[in-house]
Amino acid sequence: MEMTRRDLFTIGGKLLVLASVGATLEQIVGAEPAPDAYKMADHWWGMIIDIDKCIGCGNCVRACSKENKVPGGYFRTWVERYQVAEGKQPKVESPDGAMEGFPPLTDENIKSFFVPKLCNHCADSPCTQVCPVGATFISPDGVVLVDPDYCLGCRYCVQACPYGCRYLHPETNTVDKCTLCYHRITQGLTTACCENCPTQARQLVDFKDPKDPVHEFLRHNMVQVLKPYMATNAKVYYKNLDGSVR
Amino acid sequence: MFRDSGHLIRPAVVLLLGLGIFLAIRAAVVPKGFGKYGHYRPQALALIRSKPISFAGQDMCLMCHDDQGKARAAGKHAHVACEACHGPLADHANDPAAHKPVLPDVANLCRRCHEKDAAKPKGFPQVVTAEHSGGVLCNGCHQPHNPHL
Ligand code: HEC
Ligand code: HEC
Ligand code: HEC
Ligand code: HEC
Repeated sequence: MEMTRRDLFTIGGKLLVLASVGATLEQIVGAEPAPDAYKMADHWWGMIIDIDKCIGCGNCVRACSKENKVPGGYFRTWVERYQVAEGKQPKVESPDGAMEGFPPLTDENIKSFFVPKLCNHCADSPCTQVCPVGATFISPDGVVLVDPDYCLGCRYCVQACPYGCRYLHPETNTVDKCTLCYHRITQGLTTACCENCPTQARQLVDFKDPKDPVHEFLRHNMVQVLKPYMATNAKVYYKNLDGSVR
Repeated sequence: MFRDSGHLIRPAVVLLLGLGIFLAIRAAVVPKGFGKYGHYRPQALALIRSKPISFAGQDMCLMCHDDQGKARAAGKHAHVACEACHGPLADHANDPAAHKPVLPDVANLCRRCHEKDAAKPKGFPQVVTAEHSGGVLCNGCHQPHNPHL
């Protein structure tokens, strides 16, 4: 057999491919495992929100902002007050995200209610799909997160989120958003917003826990996600959500 | 078979060199473990989990404040968490001697939840605070931990 230069290049090329595959595998397998008892594979987090219980006190907004040191004027969660008069555009307000609650509304003759909002931790989220560098992702336990050390601040994801749940942190210039209090829920605490909700209008749920009350809740109630037509597979379920809510 | 092997060595060296550079750059720029769970750095999970906690959670408060816990459990505030009124007190819970909590500002506290608002659920107890209290602080009549009179 004669070894030509062409043969050498062919073999060399194959070796190159093999080597890069090997290097990738080494990268993946070589990563150290998480050192604690929390098993990501055993959880799939979400939230249920009962519109009939929300009193618009703003406790969740304040708690979130303190727990996560959210910069002033930005919100990871906020509360909207809807006033829906027949045949008219609904009036929606959220003064400072409801940080201080709402000025009292006296008109009893208009349908009105509060809608707490936050990241929907969508299973098929457009925000994670547009990231050019792999800085935002859904974790194996179903939480949409941003890697602050890897984010470039390009804001594609801010634009891609149909729910307006992301912002550029004015100090770090990286994208910031609700983490579903990942630092709390991975050690057995509930989120800051749920901990401080006085009426249990919002509740953290784990869809993979067979004993979680969410299964009962979903079986017995009319539930809805925001903008279902976006097909994002949102995991924040609203009970008795009015059709006017966007 | 390697009769004229001389001309093969140079391209072989070039290829090996290229491979080496490729691997070196790759090792330098791709974070360790990238791709383990998906198209991201797995270290980000640990980084996000390492954030400090501000709200200790009511189970923690109950370990030391039995009196308030019992009073609260007997009344309508049974499901209102301690820190929903007292604010974040994880520092205090970890070291009560070093961090003494400031008591809530009652003039604003109760109003936020109980001020009458047409958008609130009808069953929720609400009052027009200015008329209801006659200017007296709410805790002049109600016990915050068990508000029933
Ligand atoms: C490790 C035990 C411990 C835990 C846990 C704890 N506390 Fe305390 N707390 C104390 C002690 C002791 C004092 C009295 C401190 C003093 O007077 O200097 C105190 C005082 C207070 C006071 C002020 C009382 C006053 O008269 O000024 C409040 C309010 C309070 N705690 C609320 C809480 C809340 C809310 C939590 C839950 C986040 C909590 N504590 C958790 C031990 C604890
Ligand atoms: C509805 C709001 C509310 C909730 C819920 C609440 N507190 Fe309080 N707490 C207050 C207010 C207001 C005061 C101040 C009372 C005053 O100044 O007379 C107070 C005072 C205290 C004090 C000081 C001693 C006293 O009894 O006055 C402690 C300790 C305390 N709270 C602990 C707790 C703990 C522990 C919980 C949870 C089991 C809790 N509180 C839940 C509103 C609340
Ligand atoms: C974080 C929200 C919150 C705060 C702050 C708050 N409450 Fe309440 N309060 C509630 C909830 C929730 C209930 C229970 C409502 C229900 O049972 O449907 C309640 C019930 C009550 C009731 C009804 C008791 C009854 O027997 O019917 C009174 C009175 C009351 N609170 C007074 C107060 C006073 C006074 C303060 C200030 C010290 C206060 N609340 C602060 C959430 C709050
Ligand atoms: C002068 C005494 C007094 C003061 C001050 C006072 N209340 Fe009351 N409050 C009452 C009495 C009496 C009732 C009726 C008895 C009951 O339901 O426990 C009541 C009932 C309530 C109720 C229940 C109403 C319902 O529909 O069930 C709420 C909520 C309430 N008060 C909140 C407040 C708040 C908030 C403040 C402070 C702004 C306040 N109160 C100050 C005496 C007072």
